[in-house]
Amino acid sequence: MTIPSPSTGPSSSGDSLWSRIMAHDLTYLFFRSPLTVVAAILSVAIILAALLAPWLASMDPFDPAQVFLADANIPPVWQDGGDPRFVLGTDDQGRDLYSAILYGMRVSLVIGLSGVALAATIGITLGLVAGYLGGRVDAVIMRVADVQLTFPAILIALLVNGVVQALSKGTSRETWAFGVLILSIGLSFWVQYARTIRGSTLIEKNKDYIHAARLVGQPTPLILLRHLLPNVIGPVLVILTINLGLAIITEATLSFLGVGLPPTQPSLGTLISIGNKYLFSGDWWIVTFPGLTLAIFVLSINLIGDWLRDALNPRLQ
Amino acid sequence: MTSQSLTPPVLELRNLVVEFVTRHGTLRALDGISLSIAPGEVLGVVGESGAGKSLTGAAVIGLLEPPGRIASGEVLLAGQRIDHLPMEDLRHIRGKRIGTIFQDPLTSLDPLYRVGEQLIETIRTHLPVSEQEARARAIALLAEVGIPASEKRIDGYPHEFSGGMRQRVVIALALAAEPELIIADEPTTALDVSVQAQIIAVLKKLCRERGTAVMLITHDMGVIAETADRVAVMYAGRVIEIGPVRDVVKSPKHPYAKGLMGSIPALDERPERLLQIEGAMPRLTAIPQGCAFHPRCPHVMPRCHEARPVLEAVGAGQVACFLHEVGQ
Amino acid sequence: MLAFIIRRILQSCMVLLTVALLAFTMFRFVGDPVAQIVSLDTPAEEVRKVRESLGLDDPVIVQMGRYLYKAVQLDFGISYQFRQPVIELLAERAPATLELALISSLLSLAIGIPMGVYTALRRDSVFARVFQSISLVGVSLPTFLIGILLIYLFAVTLGWLPSFGRGQVVTVSGRWSTGLLTASGLKALILPSITLGLYQMTLIMRLVRAEMLEVLRSDHIKFARARGLTTRAIHFRHALKSTLVPVITIAGLQLGSIIAFAVITETVFQWPGMGALFLKAVQNVDIPIMAAYLMIISALFVTINMVVDLLYAFVDPRLRATIKG
Ligand SMILES: Nc1ncnc2c1ncn2[C@@H]1O[C@H](COP(=O)(O)OP(=O)(O)O)[C@@H](O)[C@H]1O
Ligand code: SF4
Ligand SMILES: [Mg+2]
Repeated sequence: MTIPSPSTGPSSSGDSLWSRIMAHDLTYLFFRSPLTVVAAILSVAIILAALLAPWLASMDPFDPAQVFLADANIPPVWQDGGDPRFVLGTDDQGRDLYSAILYGMRVSLVIGLSGVALAATIGITLGLVAGYLGGRVDAVIMRVADVQLTFPAILIALLVNGVVQALSKGTSRETWAFGVLILSIGLSFWVQYARTIRGSTLIEKNKDYIHAARLVGQPTPLILLRHLLPNVIGPVLVILTINLGLAIITEATLSFLGVGLPPTQPSLGTLISIGNKYLFSGDWWIVTFPGLTLAIFVLSINLIGDWLRDALNPRLQ
Repeated sequence: MTSQSLTPPVLELRNLVVEFVTRHGTLRALDGISLSIAPGEVLGVVGESGAGKSLTGAAVIGLLEPPGRIASGEVLLAGQRIDHLPMEDLRHIRGKRIGTIFQDPLTSLDPLYRVGEQLIETIRTHLPVSEQEARARAIALLAEVGIPASEKRIDGYPHEFSGGMRQRVVIALALAAEPELIIADEPTTALDVSVQAQIIAVLKKLCRERGTAVMLITHDMGVIAETADRVAVMYAGRVIEIGPVRDVVKSPKHPYAKGLMGSIPALDERPERLLQIEGAMPRLTAIPQGCAFHPRCPHVMPRCHEARPVLEAVGAGQVACFLHEVGQ
Repeated sequence: MLAFIIRRILQSCMVLLTVALLAFTMFRFVGDPVAQIVSLDTPAEEVRKVRESLGLDDPVIVQMGRYLYKAVQLDFGISYQFRQPVIELLAERAPATLELALISSLLSLAIGIPMGVYTALRRDSVFARVFQSISLVGVSLPTFLIGILLIYLFAVTLGWLPSFGRGQVVTVSGRWSTGLLTASGLKALILPSITLGLYQMTLIMRLVRAEMLEVLRSDHIKFARARGLTTRAIHFRHALKSTLVPVITIAGLQLGSIIAFAVITETVFQWPGMGALFLKAVQNVDIPIMAAYLMIISALFVTINMVVDLLYAFVDPRLRATIKG
């Protein structure tokens, strides 16, 4: 009854057979999951649209010279009062919503990616160090991680935001909002990377190749980066994907709560926040289109992340 | 063929084929298994890891995990086919008529329920008895499998028992409804060497007393030699030799069986590898044409590459090898 | 058992101490405690006196001790914005947040667990696939967007439910203002608690599903099948119990974070709770409130964690044994 699986199989021949099948099958699995293919296409389309915003957009919503208050709150073209210049309508400052979404997507994406990159860098570094050095360093890092875990990301992000705001008295939000958002996300999400990496490091560090590297006298940072890192980085991929969705949500949430990007540099969250104010007066489009874009993008990323996790999980074949 | 006995065998497999349908095509894990076990008989099943021993047991009790399925062949319990029964009917057979013992006693029991609760639920699932009767029976069973102070220990949780004691509990569970057949899949492999012999002794004694037949899957030739009445040797999803224990162990006919028996170690140790035979058993994806053993066989002949030898009577047993073809 | 409880309490105290340190650092070095008392036109001499009276010239370690001592007595200083003791502000708003969090938690558990079990047991059924997809949408939609959506649907368009506030509340036992006892209070709770609970519900559902699938593959379930137990006994007596043991821990952590997540929901629904107060504090750099909120949340969290651990020990005999020993 023992049916060998890659992790528990008694026969080594079965092991390598299965791991080989798994390695070869990512592409196969991908195309067998139509939903994932759709999600991937949508993600790529949205990312491309964000990158190409300056060429696709009909105006630059960040440029005050192109924005006129007289154009405020115009509905989409297909509604009464629509204006062909503004396909999806305008917001309360007269910005073309379609253009604002493209640029806002860009902002969300840059902040999300940088935030996740920062979180991964912090987490991987601390995880490697904690796992490899062990002892007191390990204890301190993991304790901090424990404490950190008692606070949801959004709370940490809010706190970081509040603290920076207090320390930067007088300077305008525009100058630091970007950096603070990235910092907030980085500081909120590092723990998962650290824990994962530490776990694999604890196993890998006792293997022969690490002993060998140590014996020939290679410096610790080199051992960590050149030898250990490539062997423990695998599981990070899934976390990265899932975290990107979370990071974008976090940015949008902070901006919605009014502690993220100011209305002059609108991200999707900022636009939704603006739209929310006009929901009761019937100006549904300001909140709907940015909200829909955000939802579709995050959903696509999560679909890919979900699929990736299952595809890389040998237990689920 | 020797005399055909009147009572049907407890278990008979006829040309059993088990396949895994994967996206890489169909893998044939069991390829025409035929064997039988007489009432009260102990059939040892031996072979390297991956030969298909566990799969055979799983197929019998209808617990193949998808995508595994019985592709063809028959499973007969006391003369009646059970391989095509609906799930619910098979369930009534499991535990009631066929008891099962798995390799790892540490994980076989539900850690969250008392040993007694698990025994009582098994008994009451299969037998029309009251809670008190079931409990009394459970206590008696525990005593029989050699658990001291069973009326007290019955209220213990699995983690409060040692590995050997837990396997005794598992044996008690397998015997709870007085089955005709026990399938014991490497019942001692996970245990400490010092208790392995005791567990086998308990199993053997209880089954003999009850006249329960046993399909004893094991790596351990020593156990086979002492316990089994007959032995089936499996290789790459096929039975390549089957016969009375004395013949197969003392004078095996099939070249693979010879290698396997040659590797019987001094009593307590288990062979990790068959030192006498070069190479390894093929993967399911690469089972050779003809005799599956031919790449490793010291006596390989040209026809072994093309034709597949079938089990044929040789002496008191059966062998699947062209060296032992009738008239050879 | 006692030793275990004591050890857990000590651990919790360490966490709380760390957080308190953080809070003190914020309070003392990020914020300006003098600003609590003085206004812009206070003469410099006066300001110096206030500094002295607050002990801001004492060694930092003394100040920290004083801060902690006060914090233990729930004295978190005076809010910059409201010029009112922080604890009063928080106490006033606590019932709103706690009631919302409680209802959301119950909602997410009561729906999330059965859905998780169902999707695990009927993995290939149409409903399971639908639930699974919905759950992915649930974790992908930001809370505030869900809130807005619900408001647009049920308040703006259909007009069935209020879009903001707690409705009519009554005060019980002198201090606690509850919305649970009036019809309008209950009505007002519906949308916010769905908004807050939806994310946790989907998380719990996915968690239960994953855990249950894992358990269904485990050896003791295979053996239970081999024993011929009924499917019902296997699924609900054995698999479900094994599933719920680890789920308790994670669900506990999730519920702790519900209180913190309330910040978003309270903002969307203008719910007069602690979360909304905290957000206002962040926007207006009201450091004393931020520091206090930080400590209160972590205290709540640590308490929940401890309760969860004890519960865990209660349901898992293996743990109970190690704890006793
Ligand atoms: N789910 C599965 N999918 C594909 N092959 C499997 C699966 N389970 C078992 N097998 C294969 O079936 C063969 C027989 O396995 P098993 O009966 O467990 O061997 P044994 O018990 O003799 O060691 C092995 O080659 C194994 O790799
Ligand atoms: S059939 Fe041929 S290859 Fe197979 S065991 Fe016999 S002699 Fe060897
Ligand atoms: Mg096996």
